[in-house]
Amino acid sequence: MPPRMLPEPTPETRHFWDGCRDGELRLQRCTACAESYFPPRPFCPKCGSRDVEVYKASGTGVLWSYVINQRPRPDMGTEPYAIAVVKLAEGPTMMTNIVDCPQTPEALQLDMPLKVAFAKQSDEITLPLFAPAGA
Amino acid sequence: MKPKSVAVVGAAETTKMGKIPDVSVIGLHADAALNAMADAGLKPSDIDGVATAGISPVELAHYLGITPTYADGTSVGGCSFMLHVRHAAAAINAGLATTILITHGESGRSRVGSSGFGRAPSSLMGQFEMPYGVAGPPTMFTIPVLRYLKTYGLKPEDMAPVATIQREWAAKNPRASFKDPLSVDDVMNADMIAWPFTKLMCCLVTDGGGALILTSAERAKDFPQKPVYVLGTGESVETPMVSQMEDFTSSKAFRVSGKKAFETAGIGHADIDHLMIYDAFAHLPLYGLEDLGFCKPGEAAGFIRERNTAPPKDGKGGGRLPLNTNGGGLSYMHSGMYGMYALQESVRQMRGIAPAQVDGAKISVCHGVGGMFAASGTIIFSNDAP
Ligand SMILES: [Zn+2]
Repeated sequence: MPPRMLPEPTPETRHFWDGCRDGELRLQRCTACAESYFPPRPFCPKCGSRDVEVYKASGTGVLWSYVINQRPRPDMGTEPYAIAVVKLAEGPTMMTNIVDCPQTPEALQLDMPLKVAFAKQSDEITLPLFAPAGA
Repeated sequence: MKPKSVAVVGAAETTKMGKIPDVSVIGLHADAALNAMADAGLKPSDIDGVATAGISPVELAHYLGITPTYADGTSVGGCSFMLHVRHAAAAINAGLATTILITHGESGRSRVGSSGFGRAPSSLMGQFEMPYGVAGPPTMFTIPVLRYLKTYGLKPEDMAPVATIQREWAAKNPRASFKDPLSVDDVMNADMIAWPFTKLMCCLVTDGGGALILTSAERAKDFPQKPVYVLGTGESVETPMVSQMEDFTSSKAFRVSGKKAFETAGIGHADIDHLMIYDAFAHLPLYGLEDLGFCKPGEAAGFIRERNTAPPKDGKGGGRLPLNTNGGGLSYMHSGMYGMYALQESVRQMRGIAPAQVDGAKISVCHGVGGMFAASGTIIFSNDAP
């Protein structure tokens, strides 16, 4: 199996990937309008202010939507897997995979509570996957 | 005639469609362009504006021997050609060019001279979507739909009539890739691609192309074909990442683009005789019907199931809003950027020469999507001079 396709951080996203490596899900919010947002950027997409801060998010959310890919990408193994979107407690949505859960429509119910489960891929990159909150 | 009106005076698809292993991408652009020029009675030296996506307008102009005073390389996915039509109308009115050629060509199936899917790992999609196993449109465009279905109490099989009814339209079209009748069971029992989407809820993958030529409505009456006037236009973009759509049950780009097109055309929904909604996947006509205002949120699946968009069948008349009358991306053809084929069908319907012609159709809405709900363009055509 080829190595998994991994992100290449940029200066604007470095804090997010450093956070994942250190076991923290980091979001940004605007100090002017209090909006939390994702993906990372050095200004608020709602009001344009550059006065933003990085903070440690709760790492919780709900399963917002997904598909189950039946034709796995070569670097993703051989079994069907869900490509999911989690709606974080802080508001933003984020693409992810769901772990510790069968990859079936029966097991993957929309709005089920999820919590972040960090999955180390390399010294630099840890992916923020999500697991059922009760698991 | 309303001042500053613009019309389509040349329109054609590639000579062959479907599987064309002996023509490269740029060759498909050129074949469609030459066919459209023949349709309009023009030579390359008569064209002074070019627009295309997939390849650059520089490649197109040089390949065809055109020296333009206007070039548009807007490339926002499959609806790029709707945006090209919109920009061409503005450019003609601003005097940037008089006669603008818009082309599409794609070797989606045979992959002759074409590039693959993928984004730089440092791009936002490369960082925040690609690592989770997305593998092209079937695993990305489809992601919002479970939220849509749950919100409106619908099930995956409620999407199936989109495919079965478009197959009925395709059956009337000699150039359609698939013409055999299709049942809801056929759709639901087809190979699963990305649950809940089966293969028959996903578009075809074919080779082909198309081209349009636009000029001012004043000049249009001197051309060999019946002019097809541009009544109104809209465009918008939302996000390059489907996971960042503001609302998974509705496309903001669709709503903004559609509203602008209706406003500039100065018409209402009751005026529409014919509709094209880009259908890369079976849920897109549902989002389109709702976001363009033809149906209330959550009601499009029922609207289609009740045959409001269907052709006549078993002695019963057709629906009041014929939709995707070429068979759509699900049954007609889909090379990758389908918007051009939707525009071609609208033009054929307005010229009165479509294989599944809607009798007396005077106004056609052609609505496109680009990327995975990333972008949108809407063109409203009429065969009556505005
Ligand atoms: Zn703000």
